[in-house]
Amino acid sequence: MEINIKKEKGVPLVSVKGRIDAVTAPDFEKDLSDLIESGEKTVLVNLGELEYISSAGLRSILATAKRLKAENGKMVFTGLKGPVEEVFKISGFYSIFTIFESEEAALNQL
Amino acid sequence: MPLPVNLKLPAKLQHLEQLIDFVTNCAREQGITQNKIGEIQVAVEEALVNVINYAYKDEEGDVEVACMLDGEKFIIEIIDSGFPFDFLSLQDPDISLNVSERNIGGLGIYLIKRLMDHVEHKREDDKNILTLMVSTKQSKSEPDNVTKI
Repeated sequence: MEINIKKEKGVPLVSVKGRIDAVTAPDFEKDLSDLIESGEKTVLVNLGELEYISSAGLRSILATAKRLKAENGKMVFTGLKGPVEEVFKISGFYSIFTIFESEEAALNQL
Repeated sequence: MPLPVNLKLPAKLQHLEQLIDFVTNCAREQGITQNKIGEIQVAVEEALVNVINYAYKDEEGDVEVACMLDGEKFIIEIIDSGFPFDFLSLQDPDISLNVSERNIGGLGIYLIKRLMDHVEHKREDDKNILTLMVSTKQSKSEPDNVTKI
């Protein structure tokens, strides 16, 4: 798993490549946690290059989203496709998260 | 492939990748599509993580994966010698709740049930045997269309 974090129009954009599984999920959650602790309230996550996510990754996302929600912040997504998109749909994450068609669409609306 | 083929390793997180790769290679040899292999990998990880975390409590033990083909069914067995436990009996999470209300756990088993065409648990010779089955013929129907913004 590779995580790249940069700021676009003032919004932290987290791009994840590879696999978020039971082994790598804690590192992913730690990076998100660091962002929240640095004061960020809105986080855009691009999963376009993510090949794979299991429930360990979903748990990290949900835990992060709960923390952000408690601070009136939010986590939004873009780039979902293939098995990652399927797992998001099955888990009901499409109804609890805003999912944008592209980074541009997300940044224009955040 | 010579059938069935299997791999047995200590039930530890450090072996997770090797066990999943083993199943992936079996599936690939059967010409299963990449998308379907992605779904198999998730289901197998969820099942293995449950064994690793819960099957032996504080003791050590092994987990075995076996792949076989039965006509148009690709079958994966995940076998442990731990405490008798059918995690398929656990209640599904309520996926209609919002972020604040949702529980953090419980999704793994639900994913196994939804991603595989058939799942069953049996207890034989003091072993838990979880059987996952996917059809090699036709992929499942697409999930409901979801509109993206």
